[in-house]
Amino acid sequence: VVIFIVVFATMFYSIYAHRKSKGHVAAQFHENTTVEIIWTVIPFIILVLMAWPATRTVLAMKDTSAADLTVKITGSQWKWNYDYLNDGFGYFSELSTPYAQIENREKKNEHYLLEVDRPLVVPVNKKIRLLITSSDVIHAWYLPSAGVQQDAIPGFVRDDWMKFEKTGTYRGQCAKICGKEHGYMPIVVEVKSEPEYAAWVADQKKKVAVAGGEVDKTWDIKDLTARGEKVYAANCAACHQANGKGLPPAFPPLDSSKVATGPKLAHISTVLNGVTRDGKPTAMVAWKGTLSDVDIAAVVTYERNSWSNHTGDAIQPSEVASAKVAAK
Amino acid sequence: MSTNPTGAAPYYFVPKPSYWPITGSFALLLMGFGAACWFNAYAAGPWLVLAGFCVLLTMMFGWFGRVIDESEHRMYNAKVDLSFRWGMSWFIFSEVMFFAAFFGALFYVRNMSVPDLGGLDQKLLWPNFTPAWPTNGPYLKDVFTPMEAIGIPLLNTIILVTSGGTLTVAHHALKAGHRGALKAWLLATIVLGFTFLFLQAYEYTNAYSALNLKLSTGVYGSTFFMLTGFHGFHVTIGALMLSVMLARILRGHFDASHHFAFEAAAWYWHFVDVVWLLLFILVYWM
Amino acid sequence: MSSIPHDHAAGHEHAHEHHPGGIMRWITTTNHKDIGTLYLWFSFIMFIAGGIMALAIRAELFEPGLQLVEPEFFNQLNTVHGLIMIFGAIMPAAVGFANWQVPMMIGAPDMAFGRLNNWSFWLLPFAGVLLLGSFLSPGGAPSAGWTLYPPLSVQTGMGMDMTIFAVHIMGASSIMGSINIITTILNMRAPGMTLMKMPLFVWTWLITAYLLIAVMPVLAGAVTMLLTDRHFGTSFFNAAGGGDPVLFQHVFWFFGHPEVYIMILPSFGIVSTVIPAFSRKPLFGYASMVYATASIAILSFLVWAHHMFTVGMPAAGQLFFMYATMLIAVPTGVKVFNWLATMWKGSMTFETPMLFSIGFIFLFTMGGFTGLVLSIVPVDISLHDTYYVVAHFHYVLVAGSLFAFFAGIYYWLPKWCGRMYDETLGKWHFWLSFIFFNITFFPMHFLGLAGMPRRVPDYATQFTDWNAVASIGAFGFGLSQLLLLVAVLKAIHSGPQAPARPWEGADTLEWTLPSPAPYHTFETPPAVK
Ligand code: HEA
Ligand code: HEA
Ligand code: HEC
Ligand code: CUA
Ligand SMILES: [Cu+2]
Repeated sequence: VVIFIVVFATMFYSIYAHRKSKGHVAAQFHENTTVEIIWTVIPFIILVLMAWPATRTVLAMKDTSAADLTVKITGSQWKWNYDYLNDGFGYFSELSTPYAQIENREKKNEHYLLEVDRPLVVPVNKKIRLLITSSDVIHAWYLPSAGVQQDAIPGFVRDDWMKFEKTGTYRGQCAKICGKEHGYMPIVVEVKSEPEYAAWVADQKKKVAVAGGEVDKTWDIKDLTARGEKVYAANCAACHQANGKGLPPAFPPLDSSKVATGPKLAHISTVLNGVTRDGKPTAMVAWKGTLSDVDIAAVVTYERNSWSNHTGDAIQPSEVASAKVAAK
Repeated sequence: MSTNPTGAAPYYFVPKPSYWPITGSFALLLMGFGAACWFNAYAAGPWLVLAGFCVLLTMMFGWFGRVIDESEHRMYNAKVDLSFRWGMSWFIFSEVMFFAAFFGALFYVRNMSVPDLGGLDQKLLWPNFTPAWPTNGPYLKDVFTPMEAIGIPLLNTIILVTSGGTLTVAHHALKAGHRGALKAWLLATIVLGFTFLFLQAYEYTNAYSALNLKLSTGVYGSTFFMLTGFHGFHVTIGALMLSVMLARILRGHFDASHHFAFEAAAWYWHFVDVVWLLLFILVYWM
Repeated sequence: MSSIPHDHAAGHEHAHEHHPGGIMRWITTTNHKDIGTLYLWFSFIMFIAGGIMALAIRAELFEPGLQLVEPEFFNQLNTVHGLIMIFGAIMPAAVGFANWQVPMMIGAPDMAFGRLNNWSFWLLPFAGVLLLGSFLSPGGAPSAGWTLYPPLSVQTGMGMDMTIFAVHIMGASSIMGSINIITTILNMRAPGMTLMKMPLFVWTWLITAYLLIAVMPVLAGAVTMLLTDRHFGTSFFNAAGGGDPVLFQHVFWFFGHPEVYIMILPSFGIVSTVIPAFSRKPLFGYASMVYATASIAILSFLVWAHHMFTVGMPAAGQLFFMYATMLIAVPTGVKVFNWLATMWKGSMTFETPMLFSIGFIFLFTMGGFTGLVLSIVPVDISLHDTYYVVAHFHYVLVAGSLFAFFAGIYYWLPKWCGRMYDETLGKWHFWLSFIFFNITFFPMHFLGLAGMPRRVPDYATQFTDWNAVASIGAFGFGLSQLLLLVAVLKAIHSGPQAPARPWEGADTLEWTLPSPAPYHTFETPPAVK
């Protein structure tokens, strides 16, 4: 940066000085090999001086070995999924700024657009390895304060690492254009002290166990639709729209659709496995990796009993689980 | 102005105003918009493309007809001739770069993305994928048979190389003024060209029906069909160009010193030939 | 940017010629001057169109929150702004200059292929219709950014297909235009005009045309693969089938980086013509300028992945592309120093073209330095896809390419339309542009450094102030461009008659012709010593 300013100042000075030469009689020189060589060589030296530290930094940045903790980060339109590979749990992290603030109907929070429902939680002073990927389009996990930016490329896992020296909250955003809500895909990292982090992990594991209990219970249709409505709004409405009418021709309506009013199993497996055309996944991706059995049961129930669909079916998580098995 | 009807040798030929270019632009707009509609399942699409194509054909007949006419009236002097040579060379260079993009893609998938997909980091996503070439990727399940180099492709190689030779013989005949030999060898070249296309078409049908090898068969299918397909398209154009040359020769056009159109077509044909050799080695063989 | 009034031109026609009049003249013309004029006006219209989109973007970004446009529409505006400015405004303007100037500067009667020249131009408005028409298609215009990265660009609707075809057509236009220009330069120089005597503008265009022919087909290939991935089930950019989304980026930037030099080299040429003229001194280091231009062109093929430092390529790749990118600063520096040395001890006057050229050197160098900053991998990783990049490329594109074109317009306007522009108006145009340009784009450096991503319709509150400043600047800059329009129209209609050589220091061939340049020039080649 210093070099930058020095060269820049010289530049500015020379232009300034030349302006004064107004009225001069033109000197007619137009060739001077020595000077030309000098100003080829000097910039070159400056460049070498710049490249040297840069090279060392690059090599250090690429070294993802000896990590204390590995988190898999999956970008999807338009939220992040954090998967704690060492501890066997994971969750979604989404923008939590209320719509009213975006539409200027309310005063904006301090962390407007940079706040999420559930931040990524990591321990301080540990090397955290990040495995970054995406389930749909390219996103980029960008946390400027940690100097991390890595594209999330569907179908490939790219790794990177970070380490924090202080506890606190760090904020960033998705940096690669990924569709209409690219600007609403924030990243929040909460760095906790080690004991706090350990407590947090224990807590998360407990929650996973509870969720396990939900699977076995038999649900009431009301609870299912209520839960399903939320799941639908969060995951499906982007394409199929809140009113179930979709956006034909790209996204089919679910309202009165053959699948959503036809046999249960076909509907469940559409959602579980997605739709493929000519052997390729369509925009309708498989949801079994992203949604829990309970959520899938809920959303399918919701779809079968909303708008003008009145099948009256209540799909139980166990049915989803068995559909999964049947598919294998 | 250069077109000087009194016959004094002009310094350079500058064509008269012409409405063919705008006709061509209009044709391409129709075709572009039509194709966009077509691919998005609007019924008007194919018709627009057809209409655009007809306009394009009209334009080509009109424009090229005009050029041939000017050429036959000897309006092009040596300097113009040299311009044509530069023009054609750079055009072929641009075609080379077009193919380079696809060859580059082939190189990239074979040496970068496919091995990477089978790499350690990607086990998280594709646990069971072992990289190999040919492949249709870690997700698609269809089984397919890749193309063999020996067989039709080899035959086609021989055909195309031979056609390059026959064309050169024809060119020599033209320069020596042997019109009969010229016609015969040129005809032979064209016949070889169309035979190539016929075999290629057969190979495609065979791939779709017997080998289960399709455009959608992963990257292997994509690169295979796009490379050979664009090549086939260029062979078609080349063969049509040569056919036009034959037609012109039958009408008595060209002489030993004045036949750049023929040479341009020949250059193009040789270019297509070289691309095929690359294809044969890189796509079929390796 | 002028048009020779029709009746005026007709006076020069030869007795036997029949030329259509009125609109048909422009549609069917094979004359390089007419076609140059068409290119320049087209480019100006596209500049306004793209500029209006930019203003819509800036208006939305004036304060946080969504006010004017939906996020999806914002993305469409942004994408089309980028595409229109690059393919509709900057590139055609450069070809327009080439059409007017190359034949006159090398003493040729016209371009090598008159009809083809007409087609190169007339493809553009049609491609423009297709591109802009995509706003009306179901699903709207493309919204994946001008770089059209898949898989996002595979998701969107019909507008993307229209864009792809528009890119094909514009590519065809560029290729044909370039073939024409190269052939003209290589084959139609007046006797005695050796390559190393050609004005530098001609040199830069020779090299630009070469770059265009080399990379436009590659872009065509890239968008063709995109098209087949969208509709015919190919898997070039789909990992599931063994492809890779990043492949597109490689192919795109193999085109894209040379493309940015395509946009700047003709500007270098203009500046290299204007600076000596107003310094009344020959260009310093002519030969090294030529070699520098050629080196930039060659190096430009080796640096493309500096746009992709964050895709996760191996360290060796990052380092290679970093070094190669940095190396470009050397020949570019040679150019900058040569310009300064040309001015040094000259006898300078500061008419509008000169002002724009100096503004160009100053601001382009700043843009070049920010480019250099971005070429440093660890820095780029923090700044990639932020407003720092937006600032960088507007410095080199707007204050670079565009300012040089303004310089060229004022410089050659007397030759084109035979009348002088209003110097006061020109100077106002320069100073307002210069000031507002900096107000608009300088704050973007701060935004980028603070971590504001690009291509967002809304932002966190800490970015508010600088965004507001930039938005105000943008409107000021946009309105200042009206002065250009006024200056040009005023010159055409009521400017004072221009002498054959209005600039004392100008010594290229076109100034030996009367002003305005007759419809046909150099029908017999001039002798060049
Ligand atoms: C006219 C167009 C133009 C020009 C000329 C340049 C010139 C340069 N650009 Fe720029 N660039 C763009 C247009 C251009 N760029 C665009 C449009 C993008 C964004 C695309 C997108 O993503 O949408 C981009 C993006 C871009 C990036 C990617 C950023 C990112 O996305 O993260 C990088 C990174 O390396 C870069 C670098 C450079 C460099 C090193 C130069 C060099 O050529 C500059 C050389 C010039 C100088 C250095 C100044 C003069 C030199 C001296 C006075 C000599 C002495 C100085 C020293 C030796 C220090 N550019
Ligand atoms: C040469 C190219 C060029 C030019 C000239 C410009 C000119 C301008 N650009 Fe653009 N820009 C790009 C190329 C260019 N840009 C590219 C490539 C991108 C990236 C796109 C992407 O991300 O995909 C981009 C992106 C971009 C962004 C980033 C958006 C985002 O990332 O979200 C912004 C934001 O401020 C911006 C602003 C501007 C402004 C204010 C101007 C101003 O200079 C414009 C001034 C001009 C006018 C305002 C018109 C003038 C005329 C009038 C107003 C006359 C009045 C009208 C009549 C008489 C009818 N541009
Ligand atoms: C990114 C866009 C997208 C999202 C998000 C999405 N879908 Fe879909 N969905 C599609 C598309 C596209 C199809 C049509 C696929 C095809 O037939 O080619 C589809 C088809 C369906 C169908 C079959 C409808 C029919 O009549 O053929 C059902 C049922 C369905 N989706 C349910 C869901 C549910 C439940 C969710 C949320 C958990 C969801 N979708 C989220 C894009 C999406
Ligand atoms: Cu996700 Cu941008
Ligand atoms: Cu670049």
